[in-house]
Amino acid sequence: MIAFFQEFGGQLLLKTWQHIYISAIALFLGVIVAIPLGVLLTRYKKVAGFTIGLASVLQTVPAMALLAMMIPLFGIGALPAIVALFIYSLLPILRNTYLGMENVDPTLRDAAKGMGMSNLQSILQVELRMAAPVIMAGVRLSATYVIAWTALASYIGAGGLGDFIFNGLNLYRPDLILGGSIPVIILALIVDFLLGRLESLLTPRTKQEGSH
Amino acid sequence: MTLLTMSHLNKIYNGNKAVDDFNLEIEKGEFICFIGTSGSGKTTTMRMINRMLHQTSGTIKINGENIAKMDPVKLRRKIGYVIQNVGLMPHMTIRENITLVPKLLKWSEAKRNEKAVEMIKLAELPEDYLDRYPAELSGGQQQRIGVVRALAADQDIILMDEPFGALDPITRESLQDLVKDLQERLGKTFIFVTHDMDEALTLATRIVIMSHGKQIQVDTPDNILRHPENEFVESLIGQERLIQARPSITTVGQVATKAVSARETQTLKEALGEMHTKRVDTLLVTDDDGVLRGFVGIEQINQFYGTGKEIGDIMDRNIFYVKEDSVIRDTVERILKRGFKNVPVIDHDHHLVGIVTRATLVDMVYDALWGESDKPDNTEAGDKA
Repeated sequence: MIAFFQEFGGQLLLKTWQHIYISAIALFLGVIVAIPLGVLLTRYKKVAGFTIGLASVLQTVPAMALLAMMIPLFGIGALPAIVALFIYSLLPILRNTYLGMENVDPTLRDAAKGMGMSNLQSILQVELRMAAPVIMAGVRLSATYVIAWTALASYIGAGGLGDFIFNGLNLYRPDLILGGSIPVIILALIVDFLLGRLESLLTPRTKQEGSH
Repeated sequence: MTLLTMSHLNKIYNGNKAVDDFNLEIEKGEFICFIGTSGSGKTTTMRMINRMLHQTSGTIKINGENIAKMDPVKLRRKIGYVIQNVGLMPHMTIRENITLVPKLLKWSEAKRNEKAVEMIKLAELPEDYLDRYPAELSGGQQQRIGVVRALAADQDIILMDEPFGALDPITRESLQDLVKDLQERLGKTFIFVTHDMDEALTLATRIVIMSHGKQIQVDTPDNILRHPENEFVESLIGQERLIQARPSITTVGQVATKAVSARETQTLKEALGEMHTKRVDTLLVTDDDGVLRGFVGIEQINQFYGTGKEIGDIMDRNIFYVKEDSVIRDTVERILKRGFKNVPVIDHDHHLVGIVTRATLVDMVYDALWGESDKPDNTEAGDKA
């Protein structure tokens, strides 16, 4: 263990950083695209089924294949990996945003509109607030997926903790495989925990502090 | 001045006429109830006023201005809106909920807080409720907030869509009191959708009865009870309520019993004979055309008997009477307060048509409280004049 750290410590930090960097950008892009898109779909329900269907189809493409398909388009390295992972992150966020928004009590939407909120005010001040827990559940799911699949991105030369795992597989070095997978698991757990905290922060309060 | 004019409104859903040529003019300060069975178009009509729905044809004008030409968002901020499911924002405190529209209108925070305090007082709730969340209030309290929220930006027109439909009868009554009080105190104009006739009769200054998108009758509660337009209106009012309503809308003429009278040219002897056969102590006196002149009691006859005078010479001309088309409700109190045993009833030309006795009033009250079925025998209503 100590020997492993002495030999690979520096590299481990670098790969972990790459891993975080790739997943974070992919997830961030997923969030800023999928949430507005999901909101938009609740306003244009006719295309909602089609769009969510399309995202589902993309989800069924094997991760490895999708990564490989990025190479002709973006070459090798971090960029094609980020694009592919971004596509993967879309569906859970998109679907949860759509469902969360759809499940907002229609009474509240009616009240918001009837009192004179504009469409945007209703979305920002009421509907997104109400849908936040469901949307955050989608984001957490996406985050876990993206962190796990970033390990595969090493295959197209993006770096990250996947490098350890693939090297370990090639060289038959279980310590490298474990040295790559365990940090991925820990990373996923930490991110999920942090997003969970964020979720409870975003979940609207409906009771006075300390009263329950 | 007409506040709201709705003319020739139609709303067609998939070929069905949900609202069919609706016309109404509403004055400032009126309390209008739309009532009808479900699917009668009452909510649809109401929701066109704040453009939550758009009519297929027809125009709505507020203070003469066509609302179709206004910005719908700005329009809605000027119109209070209360819905059956309350619709308080669960993630906002009561204070934030009450001042939601003022905030949209960019009022300063100080002004908003002031308004919140004023409104919570109107809702008759303690001030510290302002910092609570809706989930911490009972259903009735929530709707109280729902009601004052619709007033917080000084809206002149308040739309209410079956606001108390989900509440228990006692809570509902206290909220009806609140709304009626607000209307009378603040002079706001209410348009109130309900399917509860009692509610409409209690609150409304005018009721619009609707069925299948058409207006069946538009009138004051009194007139609707008195002259239901057709069987549908009668069934909506309910037989029970029509009976109960009788004391309030029955006219004096309807309940008057036959009066014992004499002409002023008759002799005292004849008068005494009449009193004896009819077993009364007072006679109403008319002229030859039957016009009421006065009354004569046994005391006067006793005093002047044998002086050769006619009834007309000794009768008391200072007589209290009621017109036959006045409403019992308005009369009862006068009769009871003055302590008359009975009061003559006259028509427009002062002809005597009958008499209302205290016994008649007892019958009225009895009917109202016990219903028609076991009405006492009318012949027992004695004490004739």
